[in-house]
Amino acid sequence: MIIKVENLTKQYKHNDGLVYALNDITFAVEKGSFVTITGPSGSGKSTLLLSLFGLIKPTSGKIFFNGQQISDASDSELAAIRQKHIGFIMQNFALIPYLTTIQNVMVPLALEKIEKKEQEKRATEVLKFVGLEDRITHLPRELSTGQQQRVAIARALVHHPSIILADEPTGNLDPALSLEILGYLKKINQSQGITVIMVTHSPIAAAYGNVKIHLHDGQLSEHKVKETVYVA
Amino acid sequence: MNIYKIVWLELLNRKSQLISGVLAITLGIAVIVAIQSVSKVSKENVAKKLDNLGANILVLPQGGSIDDYYTSDIDAPTIPEEYVERILTSTIQGVDNLSPKLTRRVKIGENSIVLTGILPKSEIASKPLWQGVGLAGDEIIAACAPSANQSLGYKDEKLQRKGVDTLQQSDCLAGFQVAKKLNLTENSKLNISGREFRVAKILPETGTVDDDRVFAHLTVVQDLLGIPDQVSAIEIMGCCNAISEGLLGKLRNILPDTRITTISQIVSTQIETNQLMNKVSLVFLIIIFFVGSVSMGNFMWANVNERKKEIGILRMIGASKSTVYQLFLLKAIFLGISGGLTGYILGTLAGVILGPYLAGIFVQPVYMYLLWSLILSVIISLAGTIIPSYMAAKIDPHTNLQEA
Repeated sequence: MIIKVENLTKQYKHNDGLVYALNDITFAVEKGSFVTITGPSGSGKSTLLLSLFGLIKPTSGKIFFNGQQISDASDSELAAIRQKHIGFIMQNFALIPYLTTIQNVMVPLALEKIEKKEQEKRATEVLKFVGLEDRITHLPRELSTGQQQRVAIARALVHHPSIILADEPTGNLDPALSLEILGYLKKINQSQGITVIMVTHSPIAAAYGNVKIHLHDGQLSEHKVKETVYVA
Repeated sequence: MNIYKIVWLELLNRKSQLISGVLAITLGIAVIVAIQSVSKVSKENVAKKLDNLGANILVLPQGGSIDDYYTSDIDAPTIPEEYVERILTSTIQGVDNLSPKLTRRVKIGENSIVLTGILPKSEIASKPLWQGVGLAGDEIIAACAPSANQSLGYKDEKLQRKGVDTLQQSDCLAGFQVAKKLNLTENSKLNISGREFRVAKILPETGTVDDDRVFAHLTVVQDLLGIPDQVSAIEIMGCCNAISEGLLGKLRNILPDTRITTISQIVSTQIETNQLMNKVSLVFLIIIFFVGSVSMGNFMWANVNERKKEIGILRMIGASKSTVYQLFLLKAIFLGISGGLTGYILGTLAGVILGPYLAGIFVQPVYMYLLWSLILSVIISLAGTIIPSYMAAKIDPHTNLQEA
């Protein structure tokens, strides 16, 4: 079990009273799974994803990573876990605008204080993997949306994470590019055994997962593990 | 790629903001450096002038006055010569030269002149004008103004030390006006109160009372006048800074039964000028500290708001709150160094270019001010950055990630 979530709740204060973004969510994720989190807008999909490793602090509940409870870990401990074990891919790519492609990819390694040559080697490798080896000196604004998302994938992979968290990774892409990005995620999951947890509202993207979590009004309405692992 | 490079690239990406952020610090540092550079040279110039004037402190008998000293009446009071030793053996700092002298008005024929007993070496050390015409080889020793120690050289090699520094018992020096009045030339004989002297040198015209005096060795004059071991006054060349730091009081403590005075106008003008410059600099320092900190804080605050998305990204990929805090403090240090460096260059240039026009002095770069500029500007920059960087570290990453 790479991730185990027990009774996870996130409340927000609102003028009308307390709003439950997540309400008593419990589930577990096996290592190497491709999990899709679906649900209508406002159902708590992104809140759940970002709560897993401390980007949102849950109100209550427990989260375990590799058997270790991390829900009460300090900010620096959670940052260290994200730095070493987690790769993030966001809907809007989340690239730093004044850094080149390779520099963006090297940032996680820089935070880990890995030496420059090793950073360059690893960044070049992952950029080659996503087919951007000829775009390493380009700034994000000089890249297409699909290329930007591939840079984000490269950045998520560069530090050899055990989990990739993807929040609507195809939300800003046209169908063809969406399939391309989903293809990369599938490849990462299949060939490298990296656990992927992807939030999506797209049924096509959701079909890529072998574990399906469906949320409705902050509550887990469906948690299904499929026999068929991948959809072509 | 490292944390420094990320900060550097971010700064380069926002050049106009970078310039506006450091402008207040740069200008403030420039003004302080310019004032201090001019002030430093000005102080040195005044100190040099003061030293060139010779003695600036007079030790007189308690009941005596400066008039007594100048008129040298027969009954003018005296003080023990031993006081010289008392000063020399004390621990008082800032006394550069002591020149005891005994002065009495004497008659030479129909003429009344002032005979002055001196210790030749001390006297010449305190008389730059005498040195300037080659009366001795000693340079002025001015501990408070090292740059004033310019070599005056020997214009008259024959008189080097032999002639004046070790004035013979039977030799005397004639002031310019006295020589003129008595038709004296070098090596001519002069009879004073029954004792014959050889005129070793005619002194150059100084425009002071020295022009009307005849100088002989102190012990000879004491014998001649029958006032052994007594002097009329002790002229002291005191370091200007030491005077402002209470040299007179210290001298009064060891010589309680004397009257100690300064060439007050010069000294006080110097002290007032120095104090004014220091006050102006202090006022600017306070202003620059507040204006610079507020300006930097304003810039950083805007920067934090603009960078919320990037902060969210960095937090997402593993930067802790303390890393974000460090990023902003690093940026403050970069900006502080930039502001300090450019401020120093601008201030020094302003001093060098404007100094001759505004203050009539030639300003040289003071490299020590570069260090102070950097330290000051980094402190100002950090002071303005502490709160914005703390707020940056507290930024909620997920809200800004979703805005990304």
